[in-house]
Amino acid sequence: MSEKHTPVLRESATFDRLTIQEIQRAAETGIYDIRGGGTKRKLPHFDDLLLLGASVSRYPLEGYREKCGTDVVLGTRFAKKPIHLKIPVTIAGMSFGALSANAKEALGRGASIAGTSTTTGDGGMTPEERGQSQHLVYQYLPSRYGMNPDDLRKADAIEIVLGQGAKPGGGGMLLGMKVTERVAGMRTLPVGVDQRSACRHPDWTGPDDLAIKIAELREITDWEKPIYVKIGASRPYYDVKLAVKAGADVIVLDGMQGGTAATQEVFIEHVGIPILPAIPQAVQALQEMGMHRKVQLIVSGGIRNGADVAKAMALGADAVAIGTAALVALGDNHPRLDDELKKIGSAAGYYDDWQNGRDPAGITTQDPELSKRLDPVEAGRRLANYLRVLVLEAQTMARACGKSHLHNLDPEDLVALTVEAAAMARVPLAGTSWIPGQGY
Amino acid sequence: MKTIDLSSASVRDLNQALHGDVQDREWVVTHPAGKHNLAVGVNQAVSIDINGHAGYYCAGMNQKASVTVHGNVGVGVAENMMSGTVRVKGSASQAAGATAHGGLLVIEGDAGARCGISMKGVDIVVGGSIGHMSCFMAQAGRLVVCGDAGDALGDSLYETRIYVRGEVKSLGSDCIEKEMRAEHLEELQELLNRAGFDADPASFKRYGSARTLYNFKVDNASAY
Repeated sequence: MSEKHTPVLRESATFDRLTIQEIQRAAETGIYDIRGGGTKRKLPHFDDLLLLGASVSRYPLEGYREKCGTDVVLGTRFAKKPIHLKIPVTIAGMSFGALSANAKEALGRGASIAGTSTTTGDGGMTPEERGQSQHLVYQYLPSRYGMNPDDLRKADAIEIVLGQGAKPGGGGMLLGMKVTERVAGMRTLPVGVDQRSACRHPDWTGPDDLAIKIAELREITDWEKPIYVKIGASRPYYDVKLAVKAGADVIVLDGMQGGTAATQEVFIEHVGIPILPAIPQAVQALQEMGMHRKVQLIVSGGIRNGADVAKAMALGADAVAIGTAALVALGDNHPRLDDELKKIGSAAGYYDDWQNGRDPAGITTQDPELSKRLDPVEAGRRLANYLRVLVLEAQTMARACGKSHLHNLDPEDLVALTVEAAAMARVPLAGTSWIPGQGY
Repeated sequence: MKTIDLSSASVRDLNQALHGDVQDREWVVTHPAGKHNLAVGVNQAVSIDINGHAGYYCAGMNQKASVTVHGNVGVGVAENMMSGTVRVKGSASQAAGATAHGGLLVIEGDAGARCGISMKGVDIVVGGSIGHMSCFMAQAGRLVVCGDAGDALGDSLYETRIYVRGEVKSLGSDCIEKEMRAEHLEELQELLNRAGFDADPASFKRYGSARTLYNFKVDNASAY
């Protein structure tokens, strides 16, 4: 009698279940998948680096006793009124439209409590966020939705957005379901219409024009406000050089792990480079121009904890910005929402359909009933707590490296766990003095 | 009348004076020599005459002021204007009136490519012709062209209304010719009057959005 064998099911590495499902979805709908959030696949990241705590050859600082400074001044190159932040963790630009008014207010509240800045987004400045933000950066975006000179003058800095880490080279889209009367009014478009944000600015075509545009914004604001230039990481060495040459005070470099309110899944996962290899290229560009620490560098794209902050600063950043992590701190994807998220085909920890405007947390929505669920005071307090934790963690690591200010961290405090990370971050492979590409 | 001579004063001097506590209501700028960013960010009901050619972004983000350029202008004249009037006696380069929210921009000569790109409520009247991709993604306001229009006029248009007297080389995605009804003739006459152009509204054609691209449908993929 022959014995019956249960066959072992073997999934294809190339056509795994997710890939098969996506092919089936594409065949059914004829349209690419759109979602929010950032990359989902594993990419080279700060986890591939380690900080070298002090022992004999280095002298550590006493935790909680010896000072480790955290402040940063942004816009020291040309602006009459640079921004002085207490902590080097800022809130990245996220639009009213993508986010509810309560969420924008909460971001302003949390950032102000922690002593840092928040940033507007596509669609203009709301009174809620200006009112609650001690330091507010006003984004100057290709769409120029809601752009007006009164708000330029109300801002503490201006950020010219050339790209976003989740979609360098791509425009934005706010789908019609989130375009309420207020959002439509701010953007001068009909209610319910998909709002496409252009991928490039309408009145300039290259870096020479950027220099004139920066000069225009300086003239309009009487040279008071720092001018940031935000770049989606793809060719940071060249982009940073050109932006600095054009007159930027601050470079904002957003890696591909950065989030978005809504864009094509294929774009999120396949365009741009991670922030890990982007930082050394940007720093090299600044150093070659003699501008490192003179033109400040803010980096973003997947910053999650104090280790990420410390490592980014050790690689040469002056500050970091957080977006997705800030939304999670406000309450997005919270386990208490699991039942509701399951009703809309997701689950806590997985929700990324920010484009649909059905976020039960009341954050990535314009639905008035859902928006009301987010208490901006309480959410702001949570964000402030999270920001404090990021900074405390980064300070702890910096002290262990013997540094009395987060800005004193440098690449010598880092090693890499993998050859790939060593090559990208330009730090030695752990246990060796080898930096791939730079010899022994 | 206050005169600022840009052969000796700087652009910063000019803009700083215009942003300050302005007592003079009439300003004259001499020797502009194509300099960029002239009279940007003005937020006063003053009259400014620029006697010569201006570079990029002349009268950018204008509010309330009446600016007249007695010459040609570069890229982005009156970009993001909110209110007031900008008149160019000569011709304009590309992106004239880009993203402007309000006010009136008059170009007596021709305008280059992408005139009125992403305009958001401004009225633009051009005495001559305009270049390709004009009114691309334009959202609101009116564009009047007494001459011809280049390729892809009104591509991806939202609610802007376009009137053209001459030939249109081609229309962009989702832009169609529409009926000239009485209210449009009246609207056009009023715009021509404000701009100071003597033209018969009945000789113009009207163009606007077919509104088929307002919400993404895969059946329209070839239009994107």
